[in-house]
Amino acid sequence: MNGGDEVVATPAGPTLPLEWKFSQVFGERAAGEEVQEVDIISAIEFDKSGDHLATGDRGGRVVLFERTDTKDHGGSRQDLETMDYPLSRHPEFRYKTEFQSHEPEFDYLKSLEIEEKINKIRWCQSANGALFLLSTNDKTIKFWKVQEKKIKKISEMNVDPSKAMGNGCVASSSNSNNPRTYIANGGSLDNSCNHLSDDFTFPSGGISSLRLPVVVSSHETSLVARCRRVYAHAHDYHINSISNNSDGETFISADDLRINLWNLEISNQSFNIVDVKPANMEDLTEVITSAEFHPMHCNMLAYSSSKGSIRLVDLRQSALCDSHAKLFEEQEAPGSRSFFTEIIASISDIKFSKDGRYILSRDYMTLKLWDINMDSGPVAAFQVHEYLRPKLCDLYENDSIFDKFECCLSGDGLRVATGSYSNLFRVFGCGPGSTEATTLEASKNPMRRQVPTPSRPSRSLGSSLTRVVRRGAESSGVDANGNSFDFTTKLLHLAWHPTENSIACAAANSLYMYYA
Amino acid sequence: MATIDEPLYPIAVLIDELKNDDIQLRLNSIRKLSTIARVLGEERTRKELIPFLGENNDDDDEVLLAMAEELGAFVPYVGGIEHANVLLPPLEALCSVEETSVRDKAVESLCRIGARMTGKDLIEYFIPLVKRLAAVEWFTARVSSCGLFHMAYPIAPEVSKTELRTIYGQLCQDDMPMVRRSAASHLGKFAATVEVTHLKTNILPIFEDLTRDEQDSVRLLAVEGCAALGKLVDPEDCVEIILPIMVNFSKDKSWRVRYMVANKLYELSEAVGPEPTRSDLLPAYVRLLRDNEAEVRIAAAGKVTQFSRILNPELAIQHILPCVKELSADSSQHVRSALASVIMGMAPDLGKDATIVQLLPIFLSLLKDDFPDVRLNIISKLDQVNQVIGIDLLSQSLLPAIVELAEDGHWRVRLAIIEYIPLLASQLGVEFFDDKLGALCMQWLKDKVYSIRDAAANNVKRLAEEFGPDWAMQHIIPQVLDMVNDQNYLYRMTILHAISLLAPVLGSEITSSKLLPLVINASKDRVPNIKFNVAKVLQSIIPVVDQSVVEKTIRPCLAELREDPDVDVRFFATQALKSSNQVGKSS
Repeated sequence: MNGGDEVVATPAGPTLPLEWKFSQVFGERAAGEEVQEVDIISAIEFDKSGDHLATGDRGGRVVLFERTDTKDHGGSRQDLETMDYPLSRHPEFRYKTEFQSHEPEFDYLKSLEIEEKINKIRWCQSANGALFLLSTNDKTIKFWKVQEKKIKKISEMNVDPSKAMGNGCVASSSNSNNPRTYIANGGSLDNSCNHLSDDFTFPSGGISSLRLPVVVSSHETSLVARCRRVYAHAHDYHINSISNNSDGETFISADDLRINLWNLEISNQSFNIVDVKPANMEDLTEVITSAEFHPMHCNMLAYSSSKGSIRLVDLRQSALCDSHAKLFEEQEAPGSRSFFTEIIASISDIKFSKDGRYILSRDYMTLKLWDINMDSGPVAAFQVHEYLRPKLCDLYENDSIFDKFECCLSGDGLRVATGSYSNLFRVFGCGPGSTEATTLEASKNPMRRQVPTPSRPSRSLGSSLTRVVRRGAESSGVDANGNSFDFTTKLLHLAWHPTENSIACAAANSLYMYYA
Repeated sequence: MATIDEPLYPIAVLIDELKNDDIQLRLNSIRKLSTIARVLGEERTRKELIPFLGENNDDDDEVLLAMAEELGAFVPYVGGIEHANVLLPPLEALCSVEETSVRDKAVESLCRIGARMTGKDLIEYFIPLVKRLAAVEWFTARVSSCGLFHMAYPIAPEVSKTELRTIYGQLCQDDMPMVRRSAASHLGKFAATVEVTHLKTNILPIFEDLTRDEQDSVRLLAVEGCAALGKLVDPEDCVEIILPIMVNFSKDKSWRVRYMVANKLYELSEAVGPEPTRSDLLPAYVRLLRDNEAEVRIAAAGKVTQFSRILNPELAIQHILPCVKELSADSSQHVRSALASVIMGMAPDLGKDATIVQLLPIFLSLLKDDFPDVRLNIISKLDQVNQVIGIDLLSQSLLPAIVELAEDGHWRVRLAIIEYIPLLASQLGVEFFDDKLGALCMQWLKDKVYSIRDAAANNVKRLAEEFGPDWAMQHIIPQVLDMVNDQNYLYRMTILHAISLLAPVLGSEITSSKLLPLVINASKDRVPNIKFNVAKVLQSIIPVVDQSVVEKTIRPCLAELREDPDVDVRFFATQALKSSNQVGKSS
């Protein structure tokens, strides 16, 4: 992809296909081990620097990983705030910490269960050495701060802590025949203090017998995740995306019918900026499937729909952005319509390229790259798993056709990637003249499937495994051409490192990392 | 562990709880920081307490916020102004936390302390602090630093002044939009301290850069700077440099920027004077009144009166009024509502003739608006127009509007109109009121919604105040008294409530002759709720009437109620009797 006017370090001529190598795996399954539903990864996101990686799972947990191959972690302000320094080695990560972001809830007014599953994670600007991120489930967005804290102990106090416990315990004075009681957290203390300041004359030199608690900080540190804000009760439908703005103070959240704009510091109100809900719900033909802010222009955002269109919105134009600035849509070839045409046209994910010039979209069968300056059609389209086209009927029967695959672009904008079934994912070159189209498997040997269409015999799966996977459809098998596909092992979530050729992808509960 | 003397015990607990695990206890201790400081004495406060606070600043935001606030008033506890500098380090640390409210409070406290510090100390401690904050690698500290320059600059030596101006310029071009926003919003304050010579050479270029910022959020804060700077620079510079910027802003692509312009335009026109206002700002303002974004029109409509006041009446009639006419038929109800709340204010400026010819039709159309808020806004400002043209011209159209609002389906609308009834009554005069509105006021006493009945009772009282006891005797009391026998006990209760409110207004005579017999009568009601309300009303009447009436009528009635089978009735009767005893004793 020629990234706009200034192409940085693009080699002349087509780029060579990348040789992908296995780097790491977290949460690898032992043979025959059952996948716990709650452990299945449901979101992956690198931070802006690529030094941290976050995953969310169906159990509502967020797990953080940090890069280990960079030399200094303190870094200067420039490094940590803008963060793009080149590195020679491929990224390696280690487990940093995890925390419970969301809990299962029940909405009593609507009699609805709210799953704890993390739908999306987005990183925010780091500050004071702490990490900040937004995580969301279907209804509630939370703002988290993760910080290393030195463990501190209090070593000396005025009052023997065994006698005077702060937490509402009653402490009695030890050297008095007439024991007065002081409740630490209550009126009696306040009264006695007021009483003190009325009658008591403060000696000018102070009272030497009183001293401040002595705090000893050890060298041990612990990572503490604190929920700073909760943005709730703003969505009637399920939240499918969150995205932060380049202005550093706002973000959007999108559900099926509406997009809301929030200020990070204000959790009790949001502004509705897009509303596609028809007056009569029977007229509903299209829902919002994904939304993202432009990486540089604070006034632009894009959202995709179930009809396969992408709308670019300019927030400057009006307060309620019902009219789009640009519409990206591909006209279908006449005569090719079938029952499934509309279903597979639905866009499951969109991503802006790093420079903001391109938008990558994923629908069920294809990956499309759009130039935001050209709304007549995509500049490139890639077939992800064309061999499934004759199977659409089966995929519809077992609901797989509604799977929402994510997509991602490399930091240099020269390649795109997305997932498929049988734990496969595909990397395409989108630079000028590139014919790169690699199929990789989320396993320790990613290149063993290096053929355009998979021909490996089906991996034998214990019947126990298929039982626990959500849709539970019986689907592993070999089709007439000997091609295998396994609907239950789908690779929905993946992310490309912002500065290097490194991909993190989720196969059920395992996080695989590859580099090239 | 030291043994603590009895009187010191609470203070010892207070000090220990600075480090308690329970946040509520830590908060309590921090709020009593001045007590702790007084116990420790000035020297130990300086040498121990303040450094202790500085080291323990990784606490929860609530605690840090309280700490930032307490430290701002801590100068007396550290030994007076000559030691104020010891307070700066802990506040400096609080200036870089990520919670905005804590940082803002720390900046506020620093300014409070800085305002009292001597010039020498400011140079030695305060200015270096500002420079340090402005150079911290994390944006949070740089954001805070912007709010301190106006304290540091005036006393700085010449060399430092140049440096401070340069640093501020850099902050205005910071990589982080948050820092630029902070710099933009504090620019006016800082510029006010900068010498006029440097304003033009240093500050205006910085400002012009901000007005071209790519982030909408920065540009819209620069709009505020326009008005502030406009008042500081020479009028010529203002017209030459700032005016074009404002006019450009009024054509900005972003509606949020235009919205800010609509709010701030009149401030700048005050600064530039009438001639440039007419030639440049008026066309810009007219454009904003016709903006295609409703939010912008709302803001612009809200400033119609203020802007017209700056213009002469002819210009206002010629240019503003046509827009006002359009806005009164705007598609957005919020625009019409904003217009309705200010349009009355134009009447005094335009004069009687123009008001009758031009404004009256607009008033009338707004009075007939479909949206109740619009009508309410017109009615609430009726006094302003009354001063100019008199109510007669309006009364014919006013009445249907009021009646319609009075019967609106939404009780909040009915409530709002009730609140305006005393105002309307005073404007319209007794006769008009008697004819048309009296019946409404009685009707509200029987509303389905409690809040309305409650407000109606209050309304009756305010009318009695407005028109006097004689009028009330004639026009209110008979109807009210009539309703005391209503079938529905809730309405009877409303009447009791109205009586308790009316009694002090009408005075002892009328109360004991007209109102009291009714209340006494009601004490025989079959509903206990009425009976204990009778007790309450009697209690409130006691101070109004003569002691003899209390003895002869009220106390026997209460005594009877005290024997009532219902426990609540007995309770309130006993209470009322007790208070009657107290009144008896004191008199």
